[in-house]
Amino acid sequence: MRGLLRIAYKLLTNERGKFIALLMGIAFAVFLMVMMRAVFSGILRQSAATVTNTGAKMWVMDPAVNNVLTSIPVPDYVLDAVRSTPGVRSAVPLYSGAGLVRLSDGTYQPATLIGLDDTTLLGRPKLVEGHIEDLFADDAVIVVRDGEYPKLNSPGIGTTFELNDRRAVVVGIAETPASGLFGLPTLYTTFNRATSYIPSPRFTISYVLVEPTGPAAVPGIQRAIADLGYLALTEKQFSDRIADFYKYKTGVGTNILIMMVISFVVGLSISAQTFYTFVLEHLERFGALKAIGAHSRDLVFMIVFQVGVSSFAGYGLGVGLCSLLIMIAKARLPSYVSIITFGNLLFALAATIVIAVVSSYLGIRRVLRIEPFEIFRA
Amino acid sequence: MAGAAITATGLTKWFGEGDARTLAVAGVSFEANFGEMLFLVGPSGSGKTTLLSMISGVLRPNEGRVVVAGLDVWSLDDNQRADFRLHKVGFVFQDYHLFPRLTTTENVAIPLILRRHAWSEAMAQARGELDVVGLASRAEIAPGKLSGGEQQRVAIARALITRPEILIFDEPTASLDGDTGKRIMSFVVEHVLNEHRCILIVSHDERIFSFADRVMRMEDGHVVATERGAHA
Ligand SMILES: Nc1ncnc2c1ncn2[C@@H]1O[C@H](COP(=O)(O)OP(=O)(O)OP(=O)(O)O)[C@@H](O)[C@H]1O
Ligand SMILES: [Mg+2]
Repeated sequence: MRGLLRIAYKLLTNERGKFIALLMGIAFAVFLMVMMRAVFSGILRQSAATVTNTGAKMWVMDPAVNNVLTSIPVPDYVLDAVRSTPGVRSAVPLYSGAGLVRLSDGTYQPATLIGLDDTTLLGRPKLVEGHIEDLFADDAVIVVRDGEYPKLNSPGIGTTFELNDRRAVVVGIAETPASGLFGLPTLYTTFNRATSYIPSPRFTISYVLVEPTGPAAVPGIQRAIADLGYLALTEKQFSDRIADFYKYKTGVGTNILIMMVISFVVGLSISAQTFYTFVLEHLERFGALKAIGAHSRDLVFMIVFQVGVSSFAGYGLGVGLCSLLIMIAKARLPSYVSIITFGNLLFALAATIVIAVVSSYLGIRRVLRIEPFEIFRA
Repeated sequence: MAGAAITATGLTKWFGEGDARTLAVAGVSFEANFGEMLFLVGPSGSGKTTLLSMISGVLRPNEGRVVVAGLDVWSLDDNQRADFRLHKVGFVFQDYHLFPRLTTTENVAIPLILRRHAWSEAMAQARGELDVVGLASRAEIAPGKLSGGEQQRVAIARALITRPEILIFDEPTASLDGDTGKRIMSFVVEHVLNEHRCILIVSHDERIFSFADRVMRMEDGHVVATERGAHA
């Protein structure tokens, strides 16, 4: 058996051009599929950046909220109601909205403005420069140093600019695990100052951040908040809700899905076609093997093995190529985010297996139909 | 061990149906014995290859039966018939059908590989067989680099490696020059033919008829004459 596979392997790989074409077809399809999903995973991660960066265990919000940026103000009494809900250890307000920065050169730059609870500063980012206490000074803001940071002309500590026509001074530089989707720089300040920057609406609380007494308290809190007419979500639930919004309620998810289907179909047709051509070109050899006395199952083994080798090598190549590209992109573009998840790899593997099965099925069907008699009459 | 190696009775094969139907072999019966070298000659299209194919278990006859080395070839199932070809029959195809991407040794070893012999053992035996046909020095070369006569000998080595009882050659000398053809045939008579083996050769090549024990002449699917060859 091993000898047969060795012959099959030699027949496959000695035809170098064909073999490379076959590998490339599969690698290309895998690359596209993995890349599409990696990009999408990156988008999803970015879309939930505020949730990730804040790190609160639970979020209370208006039930119509499905994405952090477009928050719907929550009345002040909700904060008090949450605080008195059994199972809640503490609850603080969070402001999340947009601000317009006027840089010293006179240009405008929109930014995400996050206001942290004045007493606890819950959800504060990790500072790489400056001291967090300075945030209590007049007009103090903290700037996040991420891919969007240069859009504010890369301010240092002490830099001043106008934020919604009021003075703001940078007192700290922070770094966050995730950066946002919309290409906006992020500013942190205290809740009270944030709300003083905005033209005063009726309510100023965007979210109430909740620290439950323990995981067991979560369902009770959620029920109590629901009775209030609001929505309490765990950090994970909120991220998922945002992801679902982009997956299902915007065109992004559908488009990525379409691209993945196209990659799959292209990969399938290239590979099946190339392998079928390979089989056709080797028909005479398979026929000779049959005439000499190869059983049908010998030929099936050989073909399955040949397709298997090309498919898995192609899969590895495609995944490798994808990781390489993402690594290069990350090194060059600081704000670039693509994530290869385990599910992504598994999905591409399944697609590769489908491609392999279809390719070998076509090859096997053809080879089993060979009449060795044709070999004699050549 | 003189005895019937091949007994064919009323072998008939046609292709197509209705008006398009051509009768390729029309009720051929004959017997061939072990130790015998039988030539099948006749004009192009007379049915030689078709007859050979039915005898060797690659083309199912429409009528008639053939018993080869004690086996009723067309009453076997597909797997048994594959084994029959693998164990009882050696083929030398007209254009050799060597695998260009494998070495000469690997080509010769293929029947043993199909018989599930270990790789190293198959290779060792293949090198021995190449030595027999005088190609020991060409063992690791791709067959494409060999001359026509050398390729022919590789094909013979591949056919001989399983020690088949029936050896079938289709036009063994057609693509060789006269001298090479004669040398190959002398080699076959001296080293390949023995009393446990029956050799069936299809040929147009008058120059090698002198090697035959018997010559069977075909025309339009019929055997029209059987002559004793010069070698008998
Ligand atoms: N697959 C086929 N379909 C239709 N007709 C066929 C087929 N195979 C053979 N024939 C016909 O059967 C007849 C015998 O063919 P065969 O190949 O046996 O002749 P041959 O004696 O070997 O000729 P050659 O010396 O040219 O090789 C021919 O008329 C040929 O056209
Ligand atoms: Mg012929």
